[in-house]
Amino acid sequence: MKQAGIVIEVEHNQVKETSLGMITLAGRTAESLTALVMDGITREITDQLAAHGVHTIVDLVLPDAPEIRLNPAVRAAAVVHAARELTLDRVLGLSSPEGKDLLPRVAALLDAPLVMDCVDVDLNTGLANTSQYSGKVMAQIQLTGETLVFGVRPNAVPPEPRPVQAKTVVLTDNEAVPENITLRSWDNKDSEGRQSLVEADIIIAGGRGLKNKDNFSLIIDCAEKLNAAPGASRVAVDEGWVPYAFQVGQTGEKVSPQVYIACGISGSIQHFAGMKTAKMIIAVNRDENAAIMANCDYQVPGDLFDILPEIMKQL
Amino acid sequence: MQIYVCVKHVPDSAANIHIVDNLKIEESVPFLLNPYDEHAVTEAVVLKNQVPGSEIIAVCLGKKDAESTLRSALAMGADRGLLVETEKVCDSMTTARALHAAIVKDGPADMILTGKESIDNEGMQTQFRIGALFDFPVVTNAVSLDIKNGNAIVTCELAGGRTRTFDLSLPCVIGAGRGLNTPIYPTFPDVVKSRKKPIETLTLPELNVPAAPGSAKIVSMTPLVQKRHPRKITGTPSAQAAEIIRILKQEAKVLS
Ligand SMILES: Cc1cc2nc3c(=O)[nH]c(=O)nc-3n(C[C@H](O)[C@H](O)[C@H](O)COP(=O)(O)OP(=O)(O)OC[C@H]3O[C@@H](n4cnc5c(N)ncnc54)[C@H](O)[C@@H]3O)c2cc1C
Ligand SMILES: Nc1ncnc2c1ncn2[C@@H]1O[C@H](COP(=O)(O)O)[C@@H](O)[C@H]1O
Repeated sequence: MKQAGIVIEVEHNQVKETSLGMITLAGRTAESLTALVMDGITREITDQLAAHGVHTIVDLVLPDAPEIRLNPAVRAAAVVHAARELTLDRVLGLSSPEGKDLLPRVAALLDAPLVMDCVDVDLNTGLANTSQYSGKVMAQIQLTGETLVFGVRPNAVPPEPRPVQAKTVVLTDNEAVPENITLRSWDNKDSEGRQSLVEADIIIAGGRGLKNKDNFSLIIDCAEKLNAAPGASRVAVDEGWVPYAFQVGQTGEKVSPQVYIACGISGSIQHFAGMKTAKMIIAVNRDENAAIMANCDYQVPGDLFDILPEIMKQL
Repeated sequence: MQIYVCVKHVPDSAANIHIVDNLKIEESVPFLLNPYDEHAVTEAVVLKNQVPGSEIIAVCLGKKDAESTLRSALAMGADRGLLVETEKVCDSMTTARALHAAIVKDGPADMILTGKESIDNEGMQTQFRIGALFDFPVVTNAVSLDIKNGNAIVTCELAGGRTRTFDLSLPCVIGAGRGLNTPIYPTFPDVVKSRKKPIETLTLPELNVPAAPGSAKIVSMTPLVQKRHPRKITGTPSAQAAEIIRILKQEAKVLS
């Protein structure tokens, strides 16, 4: 292996914790790390990256116009350009919402193999661990090829400090703007106010036990108090209580928070597919025989309408 | 329009998966049309209704028994099927090459629909590889699709409910997300009718599928059973709430 390039995600002028964790993971098997930053570099970002073991920080300069800068085809071309210019033979990024639209584009353009949603990666050998079959199987995958691409699951590894000296390189991408795909509109109601589900440390999720849309606000209020992200089972989504973006599970988001608090959720195989990698699961359910009660860390038998308001009161 | 829909034959999500030789799954479980691909087929039918005279061709790379998945697509409204039959396990680099070759041979394509991901290997990438091989634009996790002035206007969902709307020139590749539509549930007469629809079988050698410059190979598989050992939190709701807060602060250290 020569050089590993890591696509960094920044939010509010800070490198995301999940990106720092990915740097820590990469640093376990790669000597020299290059960070690719796309939306401008500040002193704070440089300091954070250097403090976590990045040797080279690449400022990938994109056009200012947001409809160009935010076009995933433009961003992917910029990463590919950097990979070729800097002879990066490993490219890593987060399996985050943005990453799921970026890394497969990068891999397709490079005609390089890719594994998404890795929980572990060995950059030297090209081995990666990822879950398959709706989270029922952990597969170890061997990638071979000139360049290898990895999507790392957010929160797979917590960040650890590893201070090094970092230098900054500016790379301007002059590639033409693609004509066959243009971004017409986008909304940026990002995690301001509400935590992003895949990146949250705490998720509090509700299911059929909430009974109706009005009651579901209990979950949302509780999430706000706990600085958690609200989540839901498919039933709550199908009933129209919350948008699809809340759904955790096989056909929703796959999440690995520090703590997952399931309220009024029975723990179907498809729901577990999305949250079984949570570090800790707390289940609030009035049925002690519900599947989730047998496969959690803390079972809280009782009525969620009694317990959740108490939590709010005591915080 | 000539609409190609890529459909994958995958184990039922509700099935218990058993692993053999630490390497592959026991394949005696029921297999179905990949759930996201159901949305792709459904959208193709919607488009066909908007553009009369369109043809929908379902394409699948898989073993002989994947024919049943093509039949499901035909029952939902596809006109005919193409099965690229292989006993080999193909990674997405090879799968995309095979699907590309089959579509080139049959084409020309105005639109290629796929699912946003397959639920077995959860690759999330085949659509992008097909797009790159054709040099067609690609979007994924589409939740709405309109054809206007010969362009596809597609809204895609990022997580967290954020969306982006793209203008793609045709031909293009679109990965269907769950929000795109409600899958067609075929009636019995649809199923009967689908039995008469043609399925053409092709092979990798006859398609001259070129070797990929890299590969992804499964070297081992282990069941992901995280056996947890639940402890019970009892008492009054107030005591239970206090204990949950203590755990969040002191054990999980996620609250200060
Ligand atoms: C192909 C496919 C994909 C699917 N994908 C997903 C997915 O991605 N995500 C997902 O979640 N599901 C998914 N499902 C659906 C899944 O099978 C279950 O139907 C669903 O997860 C059940 O949701 P639930 O736990 O909210 O409801 P239920 O199973 O009805 O459970 C409700 C629970 O609430 C408890 N309860 C009720 N009232 C209270 C109260 N007052 N206090 C405390 N507890 C209470 C009950 O004891 C019960 O355990 C999928 C299904 C299929 C077939
Ligand atoms: N063997 C296959 N046959 C047909 N379509 C496939 C195959 N593999 C993947 N696809 C298509 O590509 C999409 C994404 O698959 P994946 O990259 O495996 O997640 C699927 O939803 C299918 O539409």
